[in-house]
Amino acid sequence: MRKVLLFGLVILTGICFVGRLFYLQIYSSDAYDINNDNAIRKVFHYPKRGYIYDRNDSLLVANQPSYDVMVIPREVEPLDTVLFCSLLKINKLNFLKSYNRAYRYSPRLPSVFLSHLSKENYAFLSEKLRKFKGFYIQKRSVRDYQTSIGANVLGYIAEANTKEIAADNYYKLGDLIGKQGVEISYENTLRGVKGIKYIQKNIYNRDIGAYKEGVFDTLPTPGKDIKITIDSELQAYGELLMQNKIGGIVAIEPSTGEILSLVSAPSYNPNLLVGRQRSKNYTKLYQDSIHRPLIDKGLIRMHEPGSPFKVLVALTALQEQVIDTKTNIICSGKYIYGKKKRTMMCHCGGGFRNLNLGITYSCNSYFAMAFRTTIEKYDNSSQSMDRWSSHIKSFGLGSFLGNDLSVGKKGNIPDGNYYDSWYPEFKWGATTIISNAIGQGEILVTPIQLANMTAAIANRGYYYTPHIIKSIDGEEMDPNFTTPKKVSINTDYFEPVIEGMHNVYKKGTASFLKVPGIEICGKTGTAENFTKIDGVRQQLTDHSIFVAFAPKEDPKIAIAILVENGYYGARWAGRIASLMIEKYIKGAVSLKRMERLVVEKSLEDEYLKPYGGKPFKINDK
Amino acid sequence: MNLNRANSFQLDWVAVIIFTALVVFGYFNILSASAAGEFTSYFDISKPYGKQLIFILSSIVLILLILAVDAKFYERFASIIYIGSLLSLAGLFIAGKQINGAISWYDFGGITLQPSEFAKFATTLALAKYVSDMQTNIRDLKDQIRAATLVGLPAFLILLQNDAGSTLVFGSLFFIFYREGIPQYYLLFGIFLAVLGIATLKFSATIVCVSIGVLLLIYQLFFKRKKKKIGGVLTILIFSTVLSLSAQWTYNNVLQKHQQDRIGLWLRLEKDPAKLQAMKRNISYNLNESEKAIRSGGTFGKGFMDGTRTKGNFVPEQHTDYIFSTVGEEWGFLGSSMVVILYVLLILRILFLAEQQKSQFSRVYGYGVASILFVHFLINIGMVMGLIPTIGIPLPFFSYGGSGLWAFTILVFIFLKLDSNRLNEW
Repeated sequence: MRKVLLFGLVILTGICFVGRLFYLQIYSSDAYDINNDNAIRKVFHYPKRGYIYDRNDSLLVANQPSYDVMVIPREVEPLDTVLFCSLLKINKLNFLKSYNRAYRYSPRLPSVFLSHLSKENYAFLSEKLRKFKGFYIQKRSVRDYQTSIGANVLGYIAEANTKEIAADNYYKLGDLIGKQGVEISYENTLRGVKGIKYIQKNIYNRDIGAYKEGVFDTLPTPGKDIKITIDSELQAYGELLMQNKIGGIVAIEPSTGEILSLVSAPSYNPNLLVGRQRSKNYTKLYQDSIHRPLIDKGLIRMHEPGSPFKVLVALTALQEQVIDTKTNIICSGKYIYGKKKRTMMCHCGGGFRNLNLGITYSCNSYFAMAFRTTIEKYDNSSQSMDRWSSHIKSFGLGSFLGNDLSVGKKGNIPDGNYYDSWYPEFKWGATTIISNAIGQGEILVTPIQLANMTAAIANRGYYYTPHIIKSIDGEEMDPNFTTPKKVSINTDYFEPVIEGMHNVYKKGTASFLKVPGIEICGKTGTAENFTKIDGVRQQLTDHSIFVAFAPKEDPKIAIAILVENGYYGARWAGRIASLMIEKYIKGAVSLKRMERLVVEKSLEDEYLKPYGGKPFKINDK
Repeated sequence: MNLNRANSFQLDWVAVIIFTALVVFGYFNILSASAAGEFTSYFDISKPYGKQLIFILSSIVLILLILAVDAKFYERFASIIYIGSLLSLAGLFIAGKQINGAISWYDFGGITLQPSEFAKFATTLALAKYVSDMQTNIRDLKDQIRAATLVGLPAFLILLQNDAGSTLVFGSLFFIFYREGIPQYYLLFGIFLAVLGIATLKFSATIVCVSIGVLLLIYQLFFKRKKKKIGGVLTILIFSTVLSLSAQWTYNNVLQKHQQDRIGLWLRLEKDPAKLQAMKRNISYNLNESEKAIRSGGTFGKGFMDGTRTKGNFVPEQHTDYIFSTVGEEWGFLGSSMVVILYVLLILRILFLAEQQKSQFSRVYGYGVASILFVHFLINIGMVMGLIPTIGIPLPFFSYGGSGLWAFTILVFIFLKLDSNRLNEW
C-alpha cells in the first residue's frame, strides 16, 4: 500500500487528464471552422458590380463612389464640436446622437457616423477631417443610374435583410443585394464574388497579420456587365405615354422573345433609391397604396383579358374543327342561351358575322357560338374543356412563363376539373361558363402573358419565352430563351385570324388608330373590374386593354397594354399601342395629335373615385 | 576507485530521453505562444522564446556539472544547500522584486531568479538526509515534527511572499513521510480533512456537522459493542465540528478575495446560472480562454504556430502557467495526450528507480522528486483544463522561466546522478 499509493495516483491522474482532453477536444468540440473563430477577422473586398446596358449599348446603370464619415469612438480626442458640426452641416444634437449610437455599438470598432456625403463635401472634408482624431472617410460603391427610366426593370440594390442572409450565407450584414428587377434576376452575375482576407487579430482586436500567410485568402471576382433587351428609347416613350395613368406596357420582339419595353406606371426615378434620402423616398413609394409605384404592373397585375382573348377562342374552335372560316351567324345585338333564355349583350352593331367580321367588330355572339360549339364537341363538357384549356395554355397563359423576371403571376385558365369541383352536383355545360368566350368569367392573365400570346399569334404558332437578358459577357444564352415553343394550333389557322385582327385596324374597333405606312394587327379589349368599398362590391370604370403586333408580315413588335380604369380598349390602350408601334418601327412619331392627347390625359380622378367617400359614376366619356 | 566509478556510471537513458522530449516540445510551444505572429529570430533575447533557448542551453551545462560532481556530495552538503536556500528566501524580504503581487524574485540586472523554485530540491535533499539519518525514526512523533519543520520553514517563507501556489507544492513531500512509514491514520486524517473542508464549503458547516452527528449516532446505537462509552464518538464529533467551523472561518477570513472566488467557482457555490456565467467570464477569464483554446484544437490541432487563439494572445500568461493550452490548440488531442503520457511515464520511471535504490537517502530523494513533479503536473494541467481551482504554478520543463527550468533540471538530474551511482553503494 505504501509503495503503490503514489504510483496509483499518477496513473489515475493521467487517465483523468486524457479523459478530460477527450471530452474537451473530441467529444464536445465542433470541427474547427475558420469562419467561426473570433480570433480571425474576415475582411471582405467587394468587387465592382456589373454595369447594365440596354439593347443598343447605351449605359443604364453604373457605379458611383459614396463617402461615409466613419468614427472609432475610442480614438476620438476632445474636439471643437462647433467647428466639426458646421463642417458636416449637422447640429450638436445629431452629433451626440450619432456618436452615442456608435459608442453603444462598439467603442473599438468603426461605425458609420454620417452616410452618403456628396462628392463636393467629400473633397472639402477629407482635408479638414484629418485634424479630428477618430474620424475618417470611407468610400463605398453604390449604383449610379444614367437614366431616369425603367426603375421597375432595373430594380435597385439595398442592404441584405436577415431573411436573405439566412437563405444564402454568402451575404453578411451590411452587404448589398439586388431587391428588384434585373438586379435580383441577375444578382449572382452582377455582384461577382467578394474576396476574403483572413486576418489574425489579437485580444485587443488589433490586426496582427494575415492568417497562415494568406493561404485561405481569395481575390474578388468582378461582377459581369450585362446587356438587357430593353430599348431605352421605347421604354422612355412608353413611360411618357403612361404618365398619370396606372397600368403596364409589355412589348416583345416576336422573332426572339426579347422584351423591348416593360413599362409599369406610375414609375419613379431610380436615383431616388440611392443616397442619403433613400430610406425616406423608399417609405414614400412603399406607402403609396393607390399607385403602388414599387409594383411592376406589367408582370403581376392580373385581370380578365376581355376581347383579345376572343382570338384564342377562335383559334381553338378552328383547331377543334367545330367552325371554319365560313361559319356564320346573324348577330341580333344579343346572344340568347340556355333553358332560361339568358342573354349576353353584344355591342358589335349586329348583322352578318363570320370569323373575320366577328374579330373585326369584336362580336360577342359569334364567339359565344364558337366557344359553345367547342365545349359541346364531346358529350362530356369536362373533356372538351380540358382540350380547350390545353390549347389556351400552350400560348403560355395560366403559367409562369419561365422567364428571367423576378416577379410574376400565374393567372388562371380553368379546365374541366376546375368546374367539376366548382359544380360537384350540377351538370355544367358550355352555357354555364359562356363568359369565358369573351375573355371574362374565370380567366385571369397578366399583361406580359397577353404580350406573349400576341407574339405567338404574330409568329403564326410559336413563341420564345420572353426574357430581359440580351447577353452576359462571355456566357452562352440560356437555351430556354433560344428554343421556340410551339403552340397546339396548326399554322394554317392563324392566317384568317390575323386577317381579322388586321381588319380591326382597317375598319373595326381600332379604325381610328391607323398608323400611316404600317400594317398593324390588333384587338381591343375592355375588362370589367370591381373593388370593395366598405365591404360592398362596387364596379369601377373598365380597364382599357389592347394587344397588337406589326408589321403584319414579318412582325417586329408584339405589344400588350393595360390602362387601368381607362374605359374601352381603343380609348387609351389602343392609342398607346399605335404610338409605341410607330415609335419603334419608324423611330419617330407622326401622330402628334394623338400623342399629345395621350400624354396630357390624366386618369387620376378615376383612381381617386373609390376613396372619395361619395357615390360615383363609371365608364363616363 | 576511478576505474570502479567509470564502470558503474549508468545514467538512466529512459528518463533522460523523456526529459529531453518534454523540454524540446516545451520550447516549441513557448516559441509559438510568445512569438504570437511577431517571430524575429530564434536568438532574439528580448522575446521569451529567445531567452528560453538560452535557459535550455545553460541547463545542459548544469546537467554536465551535476553529473560531474561526486554523488556523495549531495548527501554531505544537503544541510548547507538547505540553509543557503532558506537564506535566499529570507533575503527576498530585503532585496526581492515584486512581480504580479508576489515578492519571489531577485533581479540581477535583467536576469531574475526565483529562489522558491530552487528551495524545492534543497528541501527535498535536506528531508532525504534527515529521514535517512541513522538516528531518525520517522515513526516517532518528535522526529516527525522535526522533519515537518524542515519542510514547513521554506514553505512558510514562500507563503509570506504571497506565493500560495508554490507553498502548496511542499505539501507533496507528505508522500515521502507516508512511504517511509508514518502511521496510516495520517493519510486517513488527511483525506478526512480534505473531504470535510470541501463539504463544509459546498454545503455549509451546519449541514456537515449535523450529518456527522447523525452518522455517529447511528454508529453508536447500532454498531458499537460497548455502548456505554461514548467519549470517543463525542471527541470525533467535537473535533469535526471545530475543524468544519475553522474551515469555514479560514475560507471567509484568511483566504484572499481571488482565492475565495476561484474556490467558489470551482465548487459552483453560486447557484444563479447568469451570475455563474459572469463569474466564469470575469474571475476565471484565463481559464475560460484556455479551455476555449484547448477545445478549438480538436483531434489533430491547428498545427505548429497556427493556433489562432495562441497567436492572438487570447490566453493570458500562455507561455508560462497556461502553456498547456498552446499544446491543446496547436497539437490537438493527439499532441496533448502525448504530453500527459510523457509526464506519467517520467514520474513512474523516477518512482520505479527510487524504489530500486539501495541507499535510503537516494530513495527518499527520488520519491521527493516524483512527488514534486506529480503535484506540479496535477495542479497545472488540472487547472488549465478547468478540473481544479486556479493555482498558479508552472508546468515542469514546459512553462517559460529560467529559474523553473534550472530548478527542475537540478531536481531530476541530482536524482539521476544518485541513481547512476547506486551500484557503488554497499
